[in-house]
Amino acid sequence: MKVKRKLFHSYTFRLALLYALIFSSSTLILFYFFYLFTASYMTQQMDNTIEAEIQGLAERYDRDGLEGLTRLIAERVNRSQGTGNSLYLLTTYTLEPLVGNLDRWPLEASIDNEKWLEFSLEVNEQTNETHLARARIFRLPGRYGLLVGRDIHQLTQAKLRIVQALTWGLAIMVLLAFVGGLVLSRRTVRNIERINQTARSIMSGNLSRRVEITNRNDDFDQLAANLNQMLDRIQTLMEDIRRVSDNIAHDLRTPLTRLRQHMEEARRQVDSESISAISLESSIREADSLLTTFNALLRIARIEAGQVTTDFAVLDYRTLVEDVVEFYEPLAEEKNQFLTVDAGNTIKTMGDRDLLFQALANVIENAIKYTQENGHISVILSQLDNDAVITIADNGPGIPAEERERVFRRFYRLDRSRSTTGNGLGLSMVAAVVTMHQGQIRLMDNDPGLKTVMQFPLLGGVGSVDPPLAEAA
Amino acid sequence: MQLLIVEDDTATAAYIQKGLSEAGHNADISTTGDEGLAMATQGNYDALIIDRMLPNLDGLSLISSLRDRGLKTPALILSTLGEVSDRVEGLKMGGDDYLTKPFAFSELLARLEALARRNTAEAQETTLVVGELRMDLLGREVWRGGTPIDLQPREFRLLEFLMRHSNQVVTRTMLLENVWDYNFDPQTNVIDVHISRLRGKIDKNFDTQMLNTVRGAGYILRESQA
Repeated sequence: MKVKRKLFHSYTFRLALLYALIFSSSTLILFYFFYLFTASYMTQQMDNTIEAEIQGLAERYDRDGLEGLTRLIAERVNRSQGTGNSLYLLTTYTLEPLVGNLDRWPLEASIDNEKWLEFSLEVNEQTNETHLARARIFRLPGRYGLLVGRDIHQLTQAKLRIVQALTWGLAIMVLLAFVGGLVLSRRTVRNIERINQTARSIMSGNLSRRVEITNRNDDFDQLAANLNQMLDRIQTLMEDIRRVSDNIAHDLRTPLTRLRQHMEEARRQVDSESISAISLESSIREADSLLTTFNALLRIARIEAGQVTTDFAVLDYRTLVEDVVEFYEPLAEEKNQFLTVDAGNTIKTMGDRDLLFQALANVIENAIKYTQENGHISVILSQLDNDAVITIADNGPGIPAEERERVFRRFYRLDRSRSTTGNGLGLSMVAAVVTMHQGQIRLMDNDPGLKTVMQFPLLGGVGSVDPPLAEAA
Repeated sequence: MQLLIVEDDTATAAYIQKGLSEAGHNADISTTGDEGLAMATQGNYDALIIDRMLPNLDGLSLISSLRDRGLKTPALILSTLGEVSDRVEGLKMGGDDYLTKPFAFSELLARLEALARRNTAEAQETTLVVGELRMDLLGREVWRGGTPIDLQPREFRLLEFLMRHSNQVVTRTMLLENVWDYNFDPQTNVIDVHISRLRGKIDKNFDTQMLNTVRGAGYILRESQA
């Protein structure tokens, strides 16, 4: 179904349609001229014969007079009896038939007007069958009218046949062009879909996937080969970056750890009330915050690289949400804030409970930190189709619309929050955790305040809503 | 306490040994895995401090060999690998606690003391008593002296952990791991708030303060005011 819809939207399909159209119209023009020249040639041939015949008859009249002419016509009529398509009529000036195989002068024709004419010819009185005839009128010197013509029924039929043949040919050709385009574009769409599928799989974190290469060695295979090479290169680069960042982490963490150890040793050796002790303690705190930032960065990098998905286990979002709210409730109470939770039913799925707890904790900590005293913070868990939706809303200052995307960047901080504690990695961590769980996070205006909506698809098919009663039993 | 440090980084090993001796404990040092295993098997240690990445025999294999030989000496794993999966793996291989480098010395000391104590008193108690505090684990009730104290379930677990580790320093991360059972880093002082809430219930209206804060380390529940 999906492939069909794509087919009609595909570029190749439209191209095939266009080709079919151009090809058919050029063939149509070709056929038209072919017909035109063939038909007019056939008519021309016949006209020439009639012309020649009239010439002959006129000469005979000049030489042998009416009698000779009559005889000749009678002879000709006799001769054409078999084929029956030559028409002759010699009349007096008053259109009195003298000799010929036509009963009467055609009504359309005047004797004074030498010209070509076409008229209906009755060939069978019983069936009223008529044929079309073409004739030339010639006025003989003296007072006679001469009509020489042909029954052009067969010619017309022949022309009709040609038109029919050409029409069928054209129809079949259009059909073939269309079907060909369809087959061609379906193949193209399939090939593109093959590449798309791989791209989607890679975007969801499976960087080792490659586009399948057939042995046709066509353009698509070349494209696939190029893409695969590009992916190999990207993978190598990413692994390099990971290695470098791990090395930096290790290389920087070790001396930092030593620094911290030395400071701690020094701290233990000085009097705890001395000025040195106080400055050493603050130095240790600085070292700790550096290490914390470092660990957070490494952790986000690891989560984003999809290295930790192996820790997925069955968890219940309700328990998780209730636990995190319970954990932060005293902190909110200290600021006289109302932290409420509406966790609804059990929603079981696969996930990393520690990371999800961390993500929820970061969002709730932010809400408590930035919402004023006496503010409201609500945490709501609900199930929407096959998604668990966690909404954390506060009535604090909110985040300006244009900043909402940026707050997920590493080290990004709003101007007003620069004075508060924090390393600017909290929401980056949240985004990484959400992405790892194939979820989505949106920041919205709570008017006033901020509403954070996290939506997680229920993974592994274990999602279920048990009524609270069933769980108690 | 008699302790064994198995750590290939001599600077870290010396730092730990020095800190332990300042706290009144004796510690031996081994720098390789196989030597560490031999020392742990022969010596009589109260607890082991084992680095995860060691020459010759890695820390986790060392611990699992020890356990295979029936030795239950508590082991604390030190490692730069701090993901939950690393921790879970460490504990599955027979480690009793897991500490990620870098660490504060006070954190290491608190954990070692908790480990050594767990080794000596691991009885199935139904009542915990610390000074005036009495906790009935079956009836979920707490008294200080003759006064019943009303606690929320989480406060009960928090106090239970503090009582089981009374007279020793308990760090914030130890509380997070054992009372809340989630492995994460709060950016705020939320644990302090939980402690001060609990303090409000067990110490308020009483002459002596039992639940104390140890600056730069954590908390301590003392039998009596020192």
